[in-house]
Amino acid sequence: MTTETKLPFDKEYVSSFSKEMSEPAWFAEFRMKALEQFDELPMPKPDKTKIDKWNFTQFQQHTVKSAPYSSLAELPEAIKALVETDAKNQTLYIQRNQTPAFLSVSEDLKAKGVIFTDLFTAVREHGDLLKKYYMTQAINADEHRLTALHAALVNGGAFLYVPKNVEITEPIQAVFVHDDPQANLFNHVLVVAEDNSAVPYVENYISTLEASATVANIITEVIAGTNARVQYGAVDSLEKGMTIYVNRRGVAGRDARIEWALGLMNEGNTISDNTTNLLGDGSTGDTKTVVVGRGEQTGNYTTKVVHFGRHTLGNILNHGVVKDSATLIFNGIGKIEHGASKSDAEQTSRVLMLSEKARGDANPMLLIDEDDVMAGHAASVGRVDPIQLYYLMSRGIPKTEAERLVIHGFLAPVVNELPIEHVKVQLTEVIERKVR
Amino acid sequence: MAGSTLTIKDLHVAIDGKEILKGVNIEIKGGEIHAIMGPNGTGKSTLSSAIMGHPKYEVTSGSITLDGENVLEMEVDERARAGLFLAMQYPSEITGVTNADFLRSAINARRGEGNEISLMKFIREMDKKMEFLEMDLDMAQRYLNEGFSGGEKKRNEILQLMMLQPKIAILDEIDSGLDIDALKVVSKGVNEMRGENFGCLIITHYQRLLNYITPDYVHVMMQGRIVKSGGPELAQRLEAEGYEGLKKELGIEDETVGQEA
Repeated sequence: MTTETKLPFDKEYVSSFSKEMSEPAWFAEFRMKALEQFDELPMPKPDKTKIDKWNFTQFQQHTVKSAPYSSLAELPEAIKALVETDAKNQTLYIQRNQTPAFLSVSEDLKAKGVIFTDLFTAVREHGDLLKKYYMTQAINADEHRLTALHAALVNGGAFLYVPKNVEITEPIQAVFVHDDPQANLFNHVLVVAEDNSAVPYVENYISTLEASATVANIITEVIAGTNARVQYGAVDSLEKGMTIYVNRRGVAGRDARIEWALGLMNEGNTISDNTTNLLGDGSTGDTKTVVVGRGEQTGNYTTKVVHFGRHTLGNILNHGVVKDSATLIFNGIGKIEHGASKSDAEQTSRVLMLSEKARGDANPMLLIDEDDVMAGHAASVGRVDPIQLYYLMSRGIPKTEAERLVIHGFLAPVVNELPIEHVKVQLTEVIERKVR
Repeated sequence: MAGSTLTIKDLHVAIDGKEILKGVNIEIKGGEIHAIMGPNGTGKSTLSSAIMGHPKYEVTSGSITLDGENVLEMEVDERARAGLFLAMQYPSEITGVTNADFLRSAINARRGEGNEISLMKFIREMDKKMEFLEMDLDMAQRYLNEGFSGGEKKRNEILQLMMLQPKIAILDEIDSGLDIDALKVVSKGVNEMRGENFGCLIITHYQRLLNYITPDYVHVMMQGRIVKSGGPELAQRLEAEGYEGLKKELGIEDETVGQEA
């Protein structure tokens, strides 16, 4: 009865793709089941943005062929800027469109039992772990149409596994390069940090060219065991032409900490959902998001922390800049479930509008089913303060530079949280290019 | 060259359509320190804001020139680069921009592209001046004025003054809210700047500051005009008599703007 969605890829295609990737039977079945459910499931409904006209399902090619990089020296300049090309013993995965293009895992981490590899290798070689964690604990395939589509068509991604008691200090990095205008990204990152482990992880999604009408359907799952700490940094800069759905979700066990620092710099229309489920008592979810919207872009960014355990702490900090005739919407949701006593849900969302036609919105929501809790929210949407500009200009700083300083300062509290220094620098550069 | 000259002639200034300054005349030369005194609400701060080009203040007639150049035609940043400086009564707080980054941007804006100050030299200068002003060196890395106490903000204004070395500086109630120790430090900074290439206009309603920075000229402002000018002895008279004696002499009942004699 619905006319809108006829998937370009059917069971036969998915089955043959799965075979081609030598996937185990359970994974092929997982895809099939999701594909069957696709039609019945509703689309997600982000607050304040209508997405019924957005194209998340129609595209030409499920996979494109790309050559791997034989060495880091061979990387394009834009990618070189993101990684340490001369570092020894680093832990780095580079994926080019769908192709695993470079992988290096430090000897030290290997010896400690850390697994870091592309998703397909993980499915083949670490089936037990994948079976346990892949779309079972954080995100389910049947949540809505786009999660089902993702499960059916997943075509890239990475798996990071940190065993019990292993504390990693050097950040682990993944770079997802998009350099084929026909590529569609169904990318899945799964991070499992076992009890008492710690890991900083940073990823970049980067387009080196403008895309034709394509789709990105990206899912991240973070599972943090008892007393584990995961620092998750991301800089997304996918080009115009791509319609982007990105869902990053974490599940925190007892006394676990999940800290997100997200630089969402896509040029394409974007729906972002970043949720942290605080299951264990005493767990913490800390989310910092920085967004720049420009051109005709519409971006809807939902950050949610759900408190299930007692004494849980959720902190959301969103800062966004919007210019031209772009639209930027922040939905901040702090949800405290019944029984999550002594929990604290805090959030701040701020939008700075740089032009007359730009639209910004910040919607704080506190949904509380427990009496003995703390909660707070702050939200603001405004323009650059002319008195601040006057102050800076009164010291001789030209107006454009004064604006740059104010914008830079506005975004700094989030940018400064990124765990890898050169990614921070790179994000700063992306921001400056975009707000100029 | 013996310093610059800021000339203000028959200046009328309005805010939201209401006239505040009603014909101010004053000339400040390099080497001179002028003080404008007067009770609250008489137009002192309006004068300083109008000279710097605050967006809310509208100059309705009269002229401001710096060495003959029309200041009123300049943007705020151009006025600063031409050599004007205003130490503000309420400096803005700017999140995410460190004091050091801000100052370096300001210095480099003056020096121009290709002639930027070296980072080492900048840090040396800044450290030296912060020590002179008895400031905690950590303040260089704090966000501009954010969370600064009243006294720290004022010291930070003087730090900027010393780093930027303007030709003519206006200090707008730099003494308000300062304890005596902070006042001494701020005064020390201003006195350090004294010299024939530096002219200064101090706006205050307390004589106290002038015990530490001896002015060459003292002016009293009432009802949006300068009603009396003299030497340092005028400040001392005001200290002794208050403004009441002067008001009686001039036949002024209410000194605030909008009350005509």
